[in-house]
Amino acid sequence: MTRLTRRTVLSGAATLLAAPAIAGGKYSPGASDTEIKIGQTMPYSGNASAYGANGRAHAAYFRMINEQGGINGRKINFISLDDGYSPPKTVELARQLVERDQVLFLFAPLGTQCNTAIQKYMNQKKVPQLFVATGASKWGDPAHFPWTMGWQPDYRTEGMIYAKHIKQTVKNPKIAILRQNDDMGNDYVGGFREQIAAFKDTIGADAIVIEATYEVTDPTVDSQILQLKNSGANVFYNVTTPKFAAQAIKKAAEIGWKPAQYLVNVSASVGAVLRPAGLENAQGIITAQYIKDVTDPHWADAADFKEWKAWMDKYNSTANPSESANVTGYAVAFTVAQVLKRCGDDLTRENVMRQAASMHDLEVPMLLPGIKLNTSATDFYPIESVRLSHVEGEHWTLFGDLVSRDAA
Amino acid sequence: MTTSWAMKRGVGVTSILFWIVLALLPLIGFVSESSSFDYYMFMGQSMLIYAIAVLGLNLLIGFNGQISLGHSAFFALGAYTAAILMNFGGWPYWATLPIAAVVCFAAGLLFGFPALKLEGHYLALATFTLAIAVPQLLKYKAIAGWTGGVGGVLLDKPDPPEWTRLSPDQWLYYVCLAAAILLFWVVFNLLRSRNGRALMAVRDHSMAASTMGIDLARYKTIAFGISAGITGVAGGLSAITVAYVAPDSFTLQLSISFLVGLVVGGIASLPGCLVGGVFIVLVQNSAQSISDWMKATFALRYDVPAWAIYGVLLLLLMYFLPAGIAGGFAQARTWWTMRGRRGRQQ
Repeated sequence: MTRLTRRTVLSGAATLLAAPAIAGGKYSPGASDTEIKIGQTMPYSGNASAYGANGRAHAAYFRMINEQGGINGRKINFISLDDGYSPPKTVELARQLVERDQVLFLFAPLGTQCNTAIQKYMNQKKVPQLFVATGASKWGDPAHFPWTMGWQPDYRTEGMIYAKHIKQTVKNPKIAILRQNDDMGNDYVGGFREQIAAFKDTIGADAIVIEATYEVTDPTVDSQILQLKNSGANVFYNVTTPKFAAQAIKKAAEIGWKPAQYLVNVSASVGAVLRPAGLENAQGIITAQYIKDVTDPHWADAADFKEWKAWMDKYNSTANPSESANVTGYAVAFTVAQVLKRCGDDLTRENVMRQAASMHDLEVPMLLPGIKLNTSATDFYPIESVRLSHVEGEHWTLFGDLVSRDAA
Repeated sequence: MTTSWAMKRGVGVTSILFWIVLALLPLIGFVSESSSFDYYMFMGQSMLIYAIAVLGLNLLIGFNGQISLGHSAFFALGAYTAAILMNFGGWPYWATLPIAAVVCFAAGLLFGFPALKLEGHYLALATFTLAIAVPQLLKYKAIAGWTGGVGGVLLDKPDPPEWTRLSPDQWLYYVCLAAAILLFWVVFNLLRSRNGRALMAVRDHSMAASTMGIDLARYKTIAFGISAGITGVAGGLSAITVAYVAPDSFTLQLSISFLVGLVVGGIASLPGCLVGGVFIVLVQNSAQSISDWMKATFALRYDVPAWAIYGVLLLLLMYFLPAGIAGGFAQARTWWTMRGRRGRQQ
């Protein structure tokens, strides 16, 4: 509980001493004795507007930080702009934030295409593009992009972990894949296929019997599920976003298809997927998790859950509490606050990157017990472990040990 | 729709002066200390690009009376043509623009044939499917080797020739401006020619036009082709200035922005196209600033949705300036001259 006391002490100190005591730091544009300016692009409108919940959670977290006196006495000025999930707009807004608004860095801009569009620019300008909100596997590449860093476990690795689990638990697997036709789907399936191919001696070269795709704009995936069932598969790898995940699980149950089901973490939400699909249809589904499922009463007494709940009630009360964006948003905002705290009075862009790349066993609230953040000058993947869990009753139940990137 | 200017001879002094002013803007960069100057140049590029796209759409909707919701598709086609030529063919960026124009002209012509059978709302629906289909087609596996699939194609931003001593953004602004001037000049001349009058005759009364011996099918398809070609150039420029193309950049939303830009700027007005381009870039951003400002000023607990503000702005504009901003200017000028004349008569 050192964190709590430090924060209390800090807010007390800030009220007593006010600003002048910490004069004389080293600053890049966007930082001063009184303020740290952080920019972000986020799809508050357009096809992906549901993800906007992330940005609102970040803003709510920084509001709390500011009310508690800021970070090392400096208030966070958080500018989060709507790019509508359109890459050219992201470029325009990133340039506005960097060149006109002069932010210290960009924090958790969302979307793989959107981040790809600005990656070169950010690295040319030497402005950190920190903890990008996408699970693509390409963000941890410090040799070529030393100013870009991811945060969440990447989709490729997650796909590999499922493949491993299938090999260990299913005899003669015949795998059917339902994939969303976008970068997320490609990454999930790419890693999975690679791992399955590596197991060809034990499970056969053609373990994957069918792969069906759908578009985000499709109304349903019913016909795809029928196709998958008819292939005679006994494993269902469900690479979908929440709406379609619910449809797929429900439809599979309706037509009496009972394969071993693997559901990607993106859709591992009780509120948005399992309940609409019918909990009775979802029993036994397996996923990989790194954050706590807030609908699970198991966590109700955990200290970090209580803190999170208090924060939700006070600062983010308009959000849907069962939405996982509020948990990841909270955790990633905590991470960046830790990085800034450790920067001390050296708030240069170089130092922000240096601190972000030297996390050592950082424990972040609302992550599963045992998951710690580690980075180094050559390792730009902060969260590298997940735990498998399955649906039991009304919740996810963890089983097995931590599975990490290297092991996969 | 006031298109009487099409009958006048010569290019107006005002418009020449106007383009000269636009050409002088980047020079401010040599005296300005502002670190955000390059960002403003980038905004200028976007405005010019959207103005060109709106020009293409205006030729079709404003001057030929055919509706299209599918121009984001031609914009995408132009962008990908430029990107693929630069990335795989190693072409210089400027040489890709004429190709983008030709490819999009051909695509527009091909789409124009079936579109002939469709009028008004039906054509709008047919082009709508084009806008919906293209982002998905770009992800199609068989061509993913060229289009980069969902990942898109990353490009290098071109460097300006050394002797100009311009920054890359200043230089690209000039590239966009040159393309804009050329295309506006072409359209200006086209509209004042025999063919241009035929285009407008088709719009105003197609039956009468065909009685006069105008080949409706030919004019409609060619108008579609040219319109698509112009929008394709805008797409190519966008690929060059953004240095990245991806399917999500070319959604139906983009087509709608063109249409909004067109209506707000002024249907069948060439200056209106420029106004429309500026509007598309500026107003979305300012809707967000107004939203932030309202939240801060009135200490609101909730965010004011920027898109609602955008909608209100649009409604107000349409209510007070039904002929668009350029149309409003024209009306004001007529009113002013009439007042002057009446004053002299008394």
